[in-house]
Amino acid sequence: MNAMQEQIRSIIHKHEGLKKNLIAILLDIQSENAYLPPEALRTVASELAVPLIDIVGLATFYRAFSLKPRGRHLVTVCLGTACHVRGGPKILSEFEKRLAVEPGETTPDKQFTLETVACLGCCAIGPVVVVDRDYYGHTTIQRVNTILKKYQRGNKPKATKRVAKHA
Amino acid sequence: MIQLKMNGLEIQAEEGWTLLEAARFYGLEIPTLCHNDGLTEFGGCRLCLVEIGEGPRSKLVSSCTYPVEEGLVVHTDTARVVRARRMMLELMLSTAPGSKKLQDLASKYGLTHQRFKPRDEECVYCGLCVRICEEQMDARAIGFQNRGNKRKISTPFDARSEVCRLCGACMYICPACQLRCQGPAAETDICNACLTMEPTCLEEYGELQCWMYDAGRCGTCVQEKRK
Ligand code: SF4
Ligand code: SF4
Ligand code: SF4
Ligand code: FES
Ligand code: FES
Repeated sequence: MNAMQEQIRSIIHKHEGLKKNLIAILLDIQSENAYLPPEALRTVASELAVPLIDIVGLATFYRAFSLKPRGRHLVTVCLGTACHVRGGPKILSEFEKRLAVEPGETTPDKQFTLETVACLGCCAIGPVVVVDRDYYGHTTIQRVNTILKKYQRGNKPKATKRVAKHA
Repeated sequence: MIQLKMNGLEIQAEEGWTLLEAARFYGLEIPTLCHNDGLTEFGGCRLCLVEIGEGPRSKLVSSCTYPVEEGLVVHTDTARVVRARRMMLELMLSTAPGSKKLQDLASKYGLTHQRFKPRDEECVYCGLCVRICEEQMDARAIGFQNRGNKRKISTPFDARSEVCRLCGACMYICPACQLRCQGPAAETDICNACLTMEPTCLEEYGELQCWMYDAGRCGTCVQEKRK
């Protein structure tokens, strides 16, 4: 039994080996590995006796899961209706240009993964960009670089501005 | 036994039947795509829509999933139903214009124009392949993946599945896998409705075939005869 299988088994054990805890199990695997490795899903399938296709269907359905390795930081640009009309797509293409990746991809140095989302529920501060857990409201093309810089290697993001609901 | 009214007929159905089963039992035709007698219902294609209730509160439901109810009033062919069905067909046909099954349904149910840009996909997400693989072949090799406009049918990790039996049932049942014929005007969005060719209403026309989709009802040939 390799290390990966051992890790999966202890996670499953923590969730009492119950099928109904499948999502919680996958979330744990995702946070330990930053993504869901195929081998891990196979192990879950055989341990829980759930068809592999059902697990893959679930893992590809929710945005919280990723089947591809993700970078250290997750940059999410909102393209919901409100953010769209306020220039979300322009912000996105600025990120695409600066990171040289398309949505869903990770930079070669594994620092950033770019994603899009359709509304985060805080349209009033649109266009919204989220990096890891930090929300940036009223984003402009000019601010894209400033935001990225905070997370670039070496720059520990400290005291990042969190935008509250009323911002 | 449950009593209900379908197209004005008093009919009886067994408890647990769907409206579709009841209609078919009485010989009323309802088109279907995602329904198959040997599989669980899916309710995805909406071709089997019927109208239930009366007056302004009537509504459209999918007959393959709606169970018979005591005293229910059902109409299987109202103008509203026909319009909704044609819309569903038009949408599905724009997704997979190469599908023979869809082209045939389109000609049979009188779809004569296509307003949406054809996308030439190979799937209309009817779920038949997934269900036959799971329920009849007991393999569970394929399934729906992703979400929204990225939704697709595939094996885990898009690789050859270890549990697939190579039985071919998924392809056999797929309405998008059999391509339409390459007959006259094969590149058009809607084909020529050969399927609906029927003998003309008048015997004088001998071997001629009627090309009107409501064959025998339009009366064109009768008028021509009078001239
Ligand atoms: S060929 Fe494979 S995927 Fe298709 S129905 Fe058979 S077992 Fe399922
Ligand atoms: S592949 Fe064919 S059978 Fe399967 S969902 Fe798509 S259209 Fe339906
Ligand atoms: S041209 Fe006729 S036979 Fe060919 S696909 Fe169209 S309706 Fe069918
Ligand atoms: S549209 Fe971006 S937060 Fe609602
Ligand atoms: S046959 Fe009823 S929804 Fe497809």
